[in-house]
Amino acid sequence: MSSHSIADQPSVQNRPSVLERIVQSRNGLGFLFMLPAAAFLLCFLTYPLGLGVWLGFTDTSIGRPGIFIGLENYIWLWNDSVFWLSVFNTMLYTVVASVLKFGLGLWLALILNEHMPFKNFFRAIILLPWVVPTVLSALAFWWIFDSQFSILSWVLMELGLISGPINFLGEPNNARASVIAANVWRGIPFVAISLLAGLQTIPQSLHEAAALDGATPWQRFRRITLPLLTPIIAVVMTFSVLFTFTDFQLIYVLTRGGPVNATHLMATLSFQRAIPGGQLGEGAAIAVAMIPFLLAAILFSFFGLQRRKWQQGGRD
Amino acid sequence: MSINRRQVIAGTAGLAAATALGGKFGIGNALAQDGIPTFTPEEGASLRLLRWVPFVEAEEEAWNANTKAFTEATGVEVRIDQESWEDVRPKAAVAANIGSGPDMVMGWFDDAHQYPDKLLDLTDLGVALGQAHGGWYEGLEGYARRGDQFIALPLCAIGNAICYRQSHMEKAGFSEFPKDTAGFLELCKALKAQGTPAGFPHGKAVGDANNYAHWLLWSHGGQMVDDQGKVTINSPETLAAIEYAKQLYDTFIPGTESWLDINNNRAFMAGQVSLTANGVSLYYAAKNDPAMAEMAEDIRSVTLPIGPIGKSVELHQTSTLSVFNHTKYPEAAKAYLAFMYQADKMNAWIEGASAYCCQPLKAFADNPVWTSNPIHEPYSHASESLRPNGYAGPLGAASAGVMADYVLVDMFAEAVTGQRSAEEAAANAERRANRYYRV
Repeated sequence: MSSHSIADQPSVQNRPSVLERIVQSRNGLGFLFMLPAAAFLLCFLTYPLGLGVWLGFTDTSIGRPGIFIGLENYIWLWNDSVFWLSVFNTMLYTVVASVLKFGLGLWLALILNEHMPFKNFFRAIILLPWVVPTVLSALAFWWIFDSQFSILSWVLMELGLISGPINFLGEPNNARASVIAANVWRGIPFVAISLLAGLQTIPQSLHEAAALDGATPWQRFRRITLPLLTPIIAVVMTFSVLFTFTDFQLIYVLTRGGPVNATHLMATLSFQRAIPGGQLGEGAAIAVAMIPFLLAAILFSFFGLQRRKWQQGGRD
Repeated sequence: MSINRRQVIAGTAGLAAATALGGKFGIGNALAQDGIPTFTPEEGASLRLLRWVPFVEAEEEAWNANTKAFTEATGVEVRIDQESWEDVRPKAAVAANIGSGPDMVMGWFDDAHQYPDKLLDLTDLGVALGQAHGGWYEGLEGYARRGDQFIALPLCAIGNAICYRQSHMEKAGFSEFPKDTAGFLELCKALKAQGTPAGFPHGKAVGDANNYAHWLLWSHGGQMVDDQGKVTINSPETLAAIEYAKQLYDTFIPGTESWLDINNNRAFMAGQVSLTANGVSLYYAAKNDPAMAEMAEDIRSVTLPIGPIGKSVELHQTSTLSVFNHTKYPEAAKAYLAFMYQADKMNAWIEGASAYCCQPLKAFADNPVWTSNPIHEPYSHASESLRPNGYAGPLGAASAGVMADYVLVDMFAEAVTGQRSAEEAAANAERRANRYYRV
């Protein structure tokens, strides 16, 4: 219909409107289809991120728009021992918890990948810690780690192994270990189930062929399973590291960053300073300071774990 | 019809007050009984109040009953939203910042001073209420005023007092509770020796840890800032407070550095500690549980001991009521506040709170709740002994930030756990406080 009407008007015959040209062009149409997603990303990702970065350069507090103060927030944080403690805690928390989650998750995935009775039942039940809302599991751990009423302390005391309750959340290193344990418990299912999915994509014939050639189980794991699983590991661990690095709820419920900031993560410190403390600018600066670490973690996962040669069992 | 009813409010409110107070004055044009201004709610007004989750059921009932009476008298619906008490501050701050949400907030401490420009001026009401009811308590008034202006109305002090087990104290060789800090230390040592120690939180307990830390500091003459807002925490008085805190900490049950607000209640109720400081809710938790009857009988309460400065000073919790200036119905909000502060309404509420909330106005000090149970007695002095956080400096973003960042709590915790020496802990607190007071 429209082509007819255009044909009837010689003056515009060779000059379709801009909109028509866009709609008729392959790239233009693609661009149009991408617009909603781009608008969505701009509104809900770019804008908040940009605003966060901007706030980090201001002295905005709650109820008072701030002024640009350059790097003052960052200079203060650079000299703030509590901030550096939170950076250390975050790194320790992320590295230790991620390594444990990976090791235990992979182990669990390998077990679940074997033929065993009630396989589906176990696979379903493994997901429970992941399904339970974090706050609820954190509250359960709060009781487990209570300084007076810990079930762990109680059992050990009943067995006569210790004389007084363990100070789980009161002693800095105990507290760090406790929150890491709770995070690992919660994070294992995600790693295990994802890796299990990866394991099931590995063709059985490769294992059979290797077995016929006399490869030991360890050799089959090292030379077949691990290299073929690496792309999945890279993705899973990237996510796992991100979740761990930005953890908030567990710490907030268990210790609120105590004792004496020994378990403050960057996320919890950012919240404490920004919302209850009212220093939005400084809180934003702490949040922004997390970005380089997160980027480093992502880059490590993508460029480190996805090296082709390494995946194929070779050396760099 | 609703307009008529609304116009009646002032009259109803005023008449109630007039009846209660004996009708000394006639009703003026804009002033009801006792010079309290009357406010006519806007057409079709409705209000939203954001308040902390009640700790005492009867307090909530009394508040709601008063609110219902207000709605019946004026036709103004009041929706009451509850938030757990730590969430009130961020929620209110966000509401203030974006200019929407609740019309009024029942906030904590110096919340109002964080966003004074976003709050409705309540000076007319504040001044009139003070004059009508014997004056505001000084500490509470400090939280609600900025210069000559009321940016909030003081609502109550939530008293903090020592709760202890009488039998345990007697067993430790003390016939009466020590009144000074030196005697208190001896008592705690004796309690520890007999295996029924004391416990005060050194963890990030918003209420209890701050109460304890401020008492430690102030009772020894230390202060975060001077009256000009200059940080003076690193002082010999502070060091003395820290040394005292270390000695006390040695007598505590292990694990207090991880205690959040609920832990001391739990430990006390389980009989693990025989002395701690808390609101009166601790006693009621025992009293309302038939299985705890024996313990409830044994509980006594007393104000925290007096330190070298020679007088009782404490932080307590403080609540204020403020109205955001983004409200569409400022007159209705003021009418609501005026109604809730009428003598009969306020007294009913204070009584309902069972000694949990201490009156903001001196005229309500003779509320029967304070004499109905000896346990209540120490809590009746809360408004009197209360000192605003950030003493002796001005209230504002700095004082709020310092407390929210646990600067004082951390200082004591660092020192008692041996992470830093007393001098280092005080210097670190000074450094952190300076950050907030820099402007």
